[in-house]
Amino acid sequence: MTGFLQNTFNGLVSGAFYALLALGLAVIFGMLRVVNFAHGAFYMLGAFGAYVLLSEAGVPFWAALVIMPLGLGLLGMALERAVIHWLTRLDPLYNFLLTFGLTLILQDLVKSRYGVQSSPYATPSALSGSVDFGLFDFPAYRVFILGFAVLVCVAVWWVLTRTRVGMVVRAATERPELTPAFGINVGRWVTPVFGFGIALAGLAGVLAAPMRAVNPLMGADLIIVVFAVVVIGGLGSIFGSVAAGFGIGLVQAWGEAYLSDFPIVSQTIVFVVMAVVLLWRPAGLFGREEAPA
Amino acid sequence: MRRTVGVVAASAAVVLVAGCGGGGPQSGGDQELTGDKIVLGVLNDQSGAYSELSGRNSVKAVEMAIADFKTKHGDQAVTKEITVETADHQNKPDVANSKAAEMYDRKGVDIILDVPTSSAALKVADVAKEKKKLYFNIGAATTELTGKSCNKYTFHYAYDTYMLANGTGKVTTEQVGKNWYILYPNYAFGQDMEKSFTAAITAAGGQVVGKDGAPFPNTSGDYSTYLLKAPGLNPKPQVLGTMQAGAELVNVVKQYNEFKLRDKGVGLAVGLMFITDIHSLTPAALAGTTYTDAWYWNFDQTNREFADRFQKETGTRPSFAHAANYSAATQYLEAVQAAGTDDADTVVKQLEGKEVNDVFLRNGKIRAEDHRVIHDAYLAQVKPQAEVTEPWDYVKVLETIPAAEAFAAPSPDCKL
Repeated sequence: MTGFLQNTFNGLVSGAFYALLALGLAVIFGMLRVVNFAHGAFYMLGAFGAYVLLSEAGVPFWAALVIMPLGLGLLGMALERAVIHWLTRLDPLYNFLLTFGLTLILQDLVKSRYGVQSSPYATPSALSGSVDFGLFDFPAYRVFILGFAVLVCVAVWWVLTRTRVGMVVRAATERPELTPAFGINVGRWVTPVFGFGIALAGLAGVLAAPMRAVNPLMGADLIIVVFAVVVIGGLGSIFGSVAAGFGIGLVQAWGEAYLSDFPIVSQTIVFVVMAVVLLWRPAGLFGREEAPA
Repeated sequence: MRRTVGVVAASAAVVLVAGCGGGGPQSGGDQELTGDKIVLGVLNDQSGAYSELSGRNSVKAVEMAIADFKTKHGDQAVTKEITVETADHQNKPDVANSKAAEMYDRKGVDIILDVPTSSAALKVADVAKEKKKLYFNIGAATTELTGKSCNKYTFHYAYDTYMLANGTGKVTTEQVGKNWYILYPNYAFGQDMEKSFTAAITAAGGQVVGKDGAPFPNTSGDYSTYLLKAPGLNPKPQVLGTMQAGAELVNVVKQYNEFKLRDKGVGLAVGLMFITDIHSLTPAALAGTTYTDAWYWNFDQTNREFADRFQKETGTRPSFAHAANYSAATQYLEAVQAAGTDDADTVVKQLEGKEVNDVFLRNGKIRAEDHRVIHDAYLAQVKPQAEVTEPWDYVKVLETIPAAEAFAAPSPDCKL
């Protein structure tokens, strides 16, 4: 029982990263119809930025947690204005190529300056202990990540459902053709939403720095699973991306714990789930079938 | 930026070397060199996971070996025209295969050096056999290079999975604890390491109470399931042996510390670790961890002098792979010098059975039976942060493992 709870907890922690990344992808796709392949690179930049801030300017983790998402959000907005914006009206393939190219450029820029070897980043001292849950104790930093990610997801949900901005975003996501007909200027929200999605990726990156290897390829490895998460949740579905993020984290952790005699299963389980979901519900668990034109 | 300058400098050095050699007088009468020159090929990972522990700095090390060879032999040198060709194999077997063929056929390369990643290393061994050209493998760990895939032109220079397992497995079992839990990445290298370690642990009177193959590549980067399981096994393991390498090793160690396994009485032993890994993790994260090293830069005065020169060239301390590339290039050039020709079969004869002592090989011997190059290995332990007195001086050598014990006896599978 204790073991099960621990594994469940761990699954939720891994899931928190998937959820934050998938949420960013979902809002960007909803608003811009762009599948942002550079998302993993921004996650990496978040972690790397935290490392550079700490090692070269002595900026602590807590400050990085604010600075990096803001900085990367602004960078994202600039990129959206400078390049992505011009391609949104064309075939989605163009933005696919563009964002994939961006990934390679960002990765190689970091690689050329810092190399491929992982960079050291310690857990903030306030969170280096353990939290006692009676049945078992758990690293405090992991508890923090889980709580923080849930908080962010709830905040995003609140903004989307309770504010005017959120209404516009949801309307534009769900009925992209109809919304402008009501006289709503969707265009002015496109750039901030893109920046916001990127900021979430950066935030996940900062959170990952103390517990994952910080190197230029860290995002490239993770993003494959995140795309599977987005597809399972339903492309563009905001709730679906979060639910699928935590769900996949759990499935992976349980798979590793209870099917450890078959390593091949835990290795492929995410994609098996994805295939099954697509066969059963082609639009994903929470996605809506495109209405026939 | 420094890296770019380094590359430019390296290219300049190659051009310079090539320029000086052109038209120089040949010493002696019967020299038989194809094109009157020697070309060394360094084929390794120059952009991916292993580019720091070897990569372009190994090309530098080979250039240092050429410069030293020229200084030593002066006008008596078999040729003054010695150049380096280099290529990035991206750790992909198919790329390694085509680059190796291109080096031998089109670039006039006499010997290929390095080639990390076992699957790529084995492909290049096939190419060397087919083209009848020399190949010194340094970067790869698989014992198959001197086992069923051995051939007349392939030599395995620096280390292998047996050496790693034998040193770490045996001594840790004797000194830290008899019960092990082994965590390995589930692919050829990891499975090979797991088998070698289990054999070494059992032979030393220990037992493996649990083992798990983690996904490879581990896209989630999470190992907590395994780390939580380890202390609860019955009997409880005293040692966690991790066979992960590079960034995956960093993940395992970070999370090992997060779950405070050392405080729960589970020590850490690492299958394969390079000095660059310790640098990434910081010695504090690894203090007390034991592993087997093929060479350590601050072991003695000879190594230190080499490391100082290397640092002048590259700005960093050498890993064992860098020192081994230097040594391999030197030993090849000396063999050509002694043979007076770069004809592969003649050079192989010159190398076989040779006993060598140089900056990398201590009590070294190039075994004629299987072309395994044996030499002293070292059992190393990561120092506590407080004992680290200068950058990169992260380990102390606990024990020197004599060459004859460090490596396995020639495999019956190998027929040259």
